[in-house]
Amino acid sequence: MLTKGKIDRKDLFWLGLLAVFAAIPVTPWFNHSSFAQHVLIQVFLYSSMAQAWNILGGYCGQVSFGHSVFFGIGAYGAGMAVVKFGLIPWPGILAGAVIAAVVAVAISYPCFKLKGHYFAIATFAIVEIFNRLFMVWYWVGGAIGLDYGFTQPGWKNFVWYQSKVGYFYGVLLLFMLVFGIVRWIERHRFGFYLRAVREGQETAESLGVNSTRVKLSAMALSAFLAALCGAFFAQYNYRVDPPMVMSLDMSMKFVLITILGGLGTFYGPLLGAALLIPLQEYTRAYLGGIGGGVDLIIFGLLIVIVVVYQPKGIMGILDRILNGIRRSRSGEGGK
Amino acid sequence: MALLEVRNLTMKFGSLVACNDVSFDVEKGSVVGLIGPNGAGKTTLFNCVSGFYKPTSGKLIFDGRDVTNLPAYEVARLGAVRTFQVVRPLKEMTVMDNVLVGAFLRGADADTAHKVAEECLSLCRLEDKSHNLAGGLPIGYKKRLEMARALATGPNLLMLDEAMAGLTSTEIKEALEIIKGLRERGITLLVVEHIMEAIMSVADMVVVLDGGVKIAEGTPREIVEDEKVITAYLGAKFTERLKRSGEVTRND
Ligand SMILES: Nc1ncnc2c1ncn2[C@@H]1O[C@H](COP(=O)(O)OP(=O)(O)O)[C@@H](O)[C@H]1O
Ligand SMILES: [Mg+2]
Repeated sequence: MLTKGKIDRKDLFWLGLLAVFAAIPVTPWFNHSSFAQHVLIQVFLYSSMAQAWNILGGYCGQVSFGHSVFFGIGAYGAGMAVVKFGLIPWPGILAGAVIAAVVAVAISYPCFKLKGHYFAIATFAIVEIFNRLFMVWYWVGGAIGLDYGFTQPGWKNFVWYQSKVGYFYGVLLLFMLVFGIVRWIERHRFGFYLRAVREGQETAESLGVNSTRVKLSAMALSAFLAALCGAFFAQYNYRVDPPMVMSLDMSMKFVLITILGGLGTFYGPLLGAALLIPLQEYTRAYLGGIGGGVDLIIFGLLIVIVVVYQPKGIMGILDRILNGIRRSRSGEGGK
Repeated sequence: MALLEVRNLTMKFGSLVACNDVSFDVEKGSVVGLIGPNGAGKTTLFNCVSGFYKPTSGKLIFDGRDVTNLPAYEVARLGAVRTFQVVRPLKEMTVMDNVLVGAFLRGADADTAHKVAEECLSLCRLEDKSHNLAGGLPIGYKKRLEMARALATGPNLLMLDEAMAGLTSTEIKEALEIIKGLRERGITLLVVEHIMEAIMSVADMVVVLDGGVKIAEGTPREIVEDEKVITAYLGAKFTERLKRSGEVTRND
């Protein structure tokens, strides 16, 4: 399971899944509706976001409601490069991600000294602070935000207008990066330390784990990846403004998708997003007139049901079913 | 030079003095027993040595270094590792993963860590539980997991806090075998134990605490005959029994 350089069944399943995802654009279904393409891109974007959050919230057990801030900083990184400096987005994407990681560490260093729920509560306040700050910060566009002008579509500018295929592969690369990193972490020392800190900080310290450093590293990595997701979001929407990115709504999505899918599990964020995002997009499309929030109501209800039934989310339910099948099979084999 | 030097250690909680001016040495390669009635300050002393509490006053020298004010993880890295009296399994992780956390202390290489972990699991007779979740183990196994995990860090000094409390007599025998095995591997042990017969059969030296004060220190034979220890802790009847059973005359 831990042996280096060997590819096991789980890896094969994962690689197979990626191959299937990569082949989606050549299927007739993909070109059938641009709305379906949009939903699909959102699923990959939000599962990447949730997975980025999962590193800190799921594996390390530090629940943050502040991730929309890092997401926002990433979005502004891209936006500023394109709109303010007239550059290609890439240096802005990188700078945004680095700044997000630095801000995350600076914010969480004092917050990690808080015990238990107080960390989560402190992160709440941070969203509000950054939202207000960006609203009045005219250099980054204030409340109006940053609007992309027309640029040459393609990978260099990372925008496309006619087809969504470019965005699809862009988000798939992001997805592969974030999930790939988590896959790597899961089987290396850092992953063991993350979970050890979650399961018992003092116990981890008694075994030589510097829990503060582990939490800060998790935070930095988590924020860096969340910022990359934010940059994609800005490129995809051709604009960014504070309420779009730095909001409690957005923060909650990081959290809820992961909880629904399964905290601290590899596939949880993907499963959570695959369920919640189509729900969100289709309720918005069909019930949009009633006003925003219907999707959040359904979100909330789903979460309550799943979490009461199985705290490990959809992954927990799947595990239970798979174990049931395995047991009944081995039972038959014994007869 | 002793591996661990405890010098005038005092730990106060408000007006309560849990450890009062305690001094003793733990020699390299020896097994030192730390005994005393409940509330004597044994666990508090462990917490001070392992960096979980900052002593009110006094000094702790480990391997020639002043570790009095080091954080717990630094002390563990230097090679002084403790177990917890109230077991603390990393519940949602498997037994193997628990031990791997310890094993990763001596290097990030997963293969090496895995090997070390397997060794420690079999030494503590946990190999057939390695894929179980630690939270669901029976108490005897949890106690052994505490040991296996600490052992996996490759300690110079292993501090066991009542590793045998609550075990059946067969389990205690097994635990004693494990401890003897550790000693043969050259690991120095500081062992808090309530079960006198158990500690008397493995310890080279015994330190007795009562009300936070060290009331005696000596070989097991000296301790069972010490008047102060008998009145404070052992009781005369017990000493008789222990002498008759001949447990004190260990094979050294
Ligand atoms: N964190 C703490 N805060 C306050 N009092 C404590 C604390 N830890 C231990 N004590 C007190 O210190 C004394 C010694 O406790 P302890 O070291 O656990 O004894 P032992 O392990 O020998 O049974 C007890 O009176 C206990 O109540
Ligand atoms: Mg105790």
